[in-house]
Formats: sequence, C-alpha cells, structure tokens
Amino acid sequence: MAWVRDTGILFVTLLLFWLMLAGSLASDVLITGALVSLAIALLFRDGLSFFTELRPTLAAITTGFRYYGYFLRELVRSNFRLAAIVLSPSLPIEPAIVKVRTRLKSRMGRLMLANSITLTPGTLTVEMEGEWLYVHWVNAETTDTEEATARIVAGFESYLEVMYG
Amino acid sequence: MAEFLDILGGLLMAAGAAFLLFGGIGLVRMPDLYNRIQAGTKTTTLGTLLVLAGVACIEPSWGWKLLLIGLFLLFTNPLSSQVLARAAHRNKVPMAASTKVDRLAQDHGGES
Repeated sequence: MAWVRDTGILFVTLLLFWLMLAGSLASDVLITGALVSLAIALLFRDGLSFFTELRPTLAAITTGFRYYGYFLRELVRSNFRLAAIVLSPSLPIEPAIVKVRTRLKSRMGRLMLANSITLTPGTLTVEMEGEWLYVHWVNAETTDTEEATARIVAGFESYLEVMYG
Repeated sequence: MAEFLDILGGLLMAAGAAFLLFGGIGLVRMPDLYNRIQAGTKTTTLGTLLVLAGVACIEPSWGWKLLLIGLFLLFTNPLSSQVLARAAHRNKVPMAASTKVDRLAQDHGGES
C-alpha cells in the first residue's frame, strides 16, 4: 500500500503549504484546503512532493539543512562567476555538453540533483537517462565523464545520498 | 531597529536587482540558446530570492509567505530551464561554434 502513504504525504505537504499561504485556521479555510489538497493528492498519485522518499531518519533531516547551506553557497558563487563572465569584454566561455553519472536511485534524489546542478556554477542539466545526466557546461574544464562526474555531481551527491538514497 | 531592517532590506533588494541586471546582460551577450538559459536561470533565481529577502526585512509579517514563494522558485526555476534546454536540443537548435563537445548528440548520433 505504498501509494496510500505517498498520497498521504502529498496531501499533508499541500495542506501545510495552503495553511501557510492562507495564514488562518478558520474552519472554512481548513475545509476548502483539505478538499482541494485531497483532490490533487488523489489525481497526482505518483507525483513527487517535497517529502516524498525522504528517509525518515534524523541524519536525513540534519543533512537536509546542511545541504541547503551548501546549495545556497554554490548558488551565490555561481552568480558571481556568471556576472564575471558576462561583464568581461572577451566573454571567456568554453561551452560543452558533458556526460555524468549518478549513484542516486530514488526519483526525488535525482530530481534534486538535476535541479542543484542547474543552479550551480556554469552547469545546466539538459537531458537525463537513467543514471546518466547530460550537462551543459559554460566553462568546461574537462570533457571526460569520470572527471566531470567528480567535479559536478560529487558535492551534492554525498548529501542527497543520505537524504533520499 | 526598524530603520536598520529597512536599510538592510533595501540593500538586499538592490543586490537582487543587480544580479537580475547581470542576467539580462548575459541574455544579450551569450552566443547561443544554452548559454543564455544558463545566464537566465542562475541570476533570476538568486536575484528574485534576494528581492524576496529584502521584502521580508521591510515587512517581517510576510515572512512565511515569502519563504514559500522562495521555495517554489527554487523548485520550478531550474525545472523550467531544463525542460527548455531539453526541448531545444531535441529540436536540434544549433550550439555556439566554440562548443568543445556534445556528448548528448554523440550518444544519439544518426537518429532524429
């Protein structure tokens, strides 16, 4: 009965979002939110949500916070690097699409990895096929798969592995 | 205290606007669609997050809602960029001449 649990998780997440947005616990707000959340959760039964497949361990949660810290730092770095590229007159780019591999198995883990790659310095996930990701790299330092995996994927993977597996 | 938060909020919003400006410059200067998407995604994400953080400093009671908007952006911004890039590549949108290698085209060589 895995789908009951998944639907339940999606329902609770949606309801939580609704309540935070509405900012009120009045019964009409609560009932409307619950009905709509339930309908969406049932319609998108195998959809992903924030907490889908998150491992229910303390380590997963603390790693989650550290992951966001690391992620925000990378996002800021990526913005400064991009600003430096677009503002320099010679536009120093060396684009390439490289292939990288992930050890992550869960759907949510892979989704988060692809998203993280897109928001970090110079990389953009273009296509995903099973364990292979194709990544567009503005400043390709290497075109070798192993090398690229170590540089692009490894940082996030170690966090996401603990969170989602 | 409120004054300090107002100033901090204003500074954060200015920083966000600056990153958005760099993104705009990137859109004009980058040589091909894929590099443009790169410029667009990263700057709009951080730029908008900074603007939201600035608003949160000036109007702290909106904090929760702004946090939600921020989370929503973090999830949807990269996704839409990835889907755009993928659709472009499948439709064989040309890459800049300076592109070193395209492993995706190599792996799907010949088929169209």
